[in-house]
Amino acid sequence: MSRKELGDVAAGRLDAATLARHFGDVAPALSRQQALIEASRCHFCYDAPCIQACPTGIDIPGFIRGISTDNLKGAAHKILDANIFGGQCARVCPTEILCEGECVRNGPEDKPVQIGALQRYATDWVFESDTRLYSRAAPTGKRVGIVGAGPAGLACAHALAKLGHEVEVFESRAKSGGLNEYGIAAYKVVDFSAREVEWLLSIGGITVHHGSALGHDITLADLRQRFGAVFLGIGLGGVNALGVTGEHEEGVRNAVDFIAELRQAKDKGTVPVGRRVVVIGGGNTAIDAAIQSKRLGAERVTLAYRRGAETMSATSLEQAFAKEEGVTVLHFSRPVELLRKDGVLAGVRFEHTSLDSSGKLVGSGEYFTVEADVVLKAIGQALVDSGLEGPVTKNGRIVADETAPPVCRVFMRVAIVSVAKPT
Amino acid sequence: MADLSTNFIGIKSPNPFWLASAPPTDKAYNVIRAFEAGWGGVVWKTLGLDPPVVNVSSRYGAVQWNGQRMAGLNNIELISDRPLRVNLDEIRQVKRDWPDRAMVVSLMVPCDEESWKYILPMVEDTGADGVELNFGCPHGMSERGMGSAVGQVPEYIQMVAAWVKQYSKLPCIVKLTPNITDVRYPARAAKAGGTDAVSLINTINSITTIDLDLMAPTPTVDGKGTHGGYCGPAVRPIALNMVAEIARDPITHGLPISAIGGIGTWRDAAEFIALGAGTVQVCTAAMHYGFRIVDDMISGLSHWMDSKGYKTIEDFRGKAIGNVTDWKYLNLKYDIKARINQDLCIKCGLCHIACEDTSHQAITAERDGKRLFEVVDAECVGCNLCMHVCPVDDCITMERVDDASFQNWTTHPNNPMSQKA
Ligand SMILES: Cc1cc2nc3c(=O)[nH]c(=O)nc-3n(C[C@H](O)[C@H](O)[C@H](O)COP(=O)(O)O)c2cc1C
Ligand code: SF4
Repeated sequence: MSRKELGDVAAGRLDAATLARHFGDVAPALSRQQALIEASRCHFCYDAPCIQACPTGIDIPGFIRGISTDNLKGAAHKILDANIFGGQCARVCPTEILCEGECVRNGPEDKPVQIGALQRYATDWVFESDTRLYSRAAPTGKRVGIVGAGPAGLACAHALAKLGHEVEVFESRAKSGGLNEYGIAAYKVVDFSAREVEWLLSIGGITVHHGSALGHDITLADLRQRFGAVFLGIGLGGVNALGVTGEHEEGVRNAVDFIAELRQAKDKGTVPVGRRVVVIGGGNTAIDAAIQSKRLGAERVTLAYRRGAETMSATSLEQAFAKEEGVTVLHFSRPVELLRKDGVLAGVRFEHTSLDSSGKLVGSGEYFTVEADVVLKAIGQALVDSGLEGPVTKNGRIVADETAPPVCRVFMRVAIVSVAKPT
Repeated sequence: MADLSTNFIGIKSPNPFWLASAPPTDKAYNVIRAFEAGWGGVVWKTLGLDPPVVNVSSRYGAVQWNGQRMAGLNNIELISDRPLRVNLDEIRQVKRDWPDRAMVVSLMVPCDEESWKYILPMVEDTGADGVELNFGCPHGMSERGMGSAVGQVPEYIQMVAAWVKQYSKLPCIVKLTPNITDVRYPARAAKAGGTDAVSLINTINSITTIDLDLMAPTPTVDGKGTHGGYCGPAVRPIALNMVAEIARDPITHGLPISAIGGIGTWRDAAEFIALGAGTVQVCTAAMHYGFRIVDDMISGLSHWMDSKGYKTIEDFRGKAIGNVTDWKYLNLKYDIKARINQDLCIKCGLCHIACEDTSHQAITAERDGKRLFEVVDAECVGCNLCMHVCPVDDCITMERVDDASFQNWTTHPNNPMSQKA
């Protein structure tokens, strides 16, 4: 492909076979034999530290024992009873800072039990064979409205449907799954999220209305009137701004939109990518966008973060993965200007930064430029509060009702939660 | 969901998983924790007459295998070292608090009628569901004429079992020692004495290891050691055979069996039940991991039963007994050959060297100068050794190649005593 000096953005930079390799499963499933060997490494700790580190409190040694006795159904129950999205979490959880980070095997061997991979092994078969593990309790006649068909909304819907309530879910987008469907790197969840959602909904008693956005198509007041309880699992739909002139013009995109487009594209060869890409941010979204740009065939991908590696919210494993993939990571660099030639994006001017003695980030007054055909913004997401009238929000957050089922509360980081008191 | 409940010689429990008479059932504290964890029943740690025995310090030795703990456990503990009254009071209270669980009391008293006549009414008075006669303990007690010293003499077994049935209405289980040459004799004796059931196996006489610095067996008590009782995963095959022998012996066939020996998972339990066991007892696995292992045993067994369509334990109990036979009845015409899946082969060469050095030279190691492992059908006798040493699942399988004819040793021309077919 010939190189253009300016505005070099194109789809199909790599052939189909290479793309298939780049967007196949990054961490392929374990075979039974691999799973048994790995399961035999678990010490079956008492009051296991891995469980303490799991935000959903899955009985990890318990399900691993099930794997080692070929009791996969028992193992799957242990996982999914605690976290109905155990399949998704097996793939996307940063296990290195959670369960695996605490595994006692880190001590002598520096190699934890591969809990994520085992969790996937223990649950994959459920979705593949479409096995029903749950049934509904007798109908209670109670109705609950849920806003958002992301992980929080659907986990809540499933828990309520299991108890016999009738649930209606209102989702603004065309598909269910939220972050799982739109926000995760394609190679982490190959052909999975939709299948998982379909399985979850097969319990019955849950109706999902797509294209139904809070504040546009439905109102909170209306929902409160129609339902005994309302659960808001609306996530962080907004993207923080850079505060640099021209950031809404051609060539500059939100990383989440790029990630979503790529996830939805059946043929990755149709997704345009710049020859030179600059990603701004320090979280996993930034990393996912950078690596996927590279894997689509970008020649030079630069990830710029205004502080040091330690404060990046991307885990060290993710950061290392980005470097391995050939992403150039710049620390202590903040964007000050988007450079344009004839109206076309040409690059980003950065200022070197440092921390002063009080730990405050300060500019150095020294500048440098990185060429770019595309800039992807990934400096964090924010709550969109349209449609959230009244005392529902506080400091840009929804006031959560701590009586919400724990499984829903777990997803608060990705989807803010509130349950109006049932009437 | 499968129904795991059992009724074993009139003793009911919500599942077939009992804890064997041993430290896990030594006192109320442990037994309550076990019941809370979900165990279906316990056989209380063996009671004797006062004054209680005295135990040594340093009691266990263990065998590791390839760095894995524990292939086998060995102990030199004796029976309960607590006063009889304390045990009886606790048994009464626990049974009252947990009426749906099986409470069996293990007993070992001297081999005289008076002793049994004395202790049985006291046990009956606690409300316990049954008694188990410990004729198995291979160390310490046997030197005092109890335990395996009784279990090794069929006449004594029969005599004591008869006393127990005479002086108590409680269901009686005779616990057999594996430290004999043919387990059918003590089992037959127990039946002749009128026992309701047998349980087996107790521990096997063993020395786990010799400490090469101390030049003494482990566990080492102040420089000396003694033989102890071996249990845990390593003894399971021995227990399976002994259970099968009793189950298929025409004299004892149908005698209820509570199986013991190396059981730690639902699968182990299912295997013993397939050989006719009505309940299973666990000791070492619980001592290794705690009572919570019963969780996977219950869920694993019921999911497996669901997958097979077995609704109750009785639906598959004893199903394997008919397929345990004597060697002479096996089909000598049955012929299988090893098949190596070249796509799965990792070229480790273990199959070749095992067959080449120690068996039938039926696996070649190269072709045209390239490393390749192939079976020579004409040499392969279908022994399965290569399949067992191959580290890759399903890489070596055995294919049946015979013409489905049948001939066993009883009619084989090489058999001098062959009965003409
Ligand atoms: C430390 C220890 C003490 C034992 N004490 C007794 C006992 O008092 N009475 C008895 O009948 N069996 C006793 N046993 C034997 C067990 O009940 C059981 O028969 C044996 O351990 C085999 O089962 P396992 O392989 O599950 O451990 C003892 C075993 C151990 C390890
Ligand atoms: S910490 Fe590691 S070894 Fe211990 S229970 Fe958890 S996974 Fe198993």
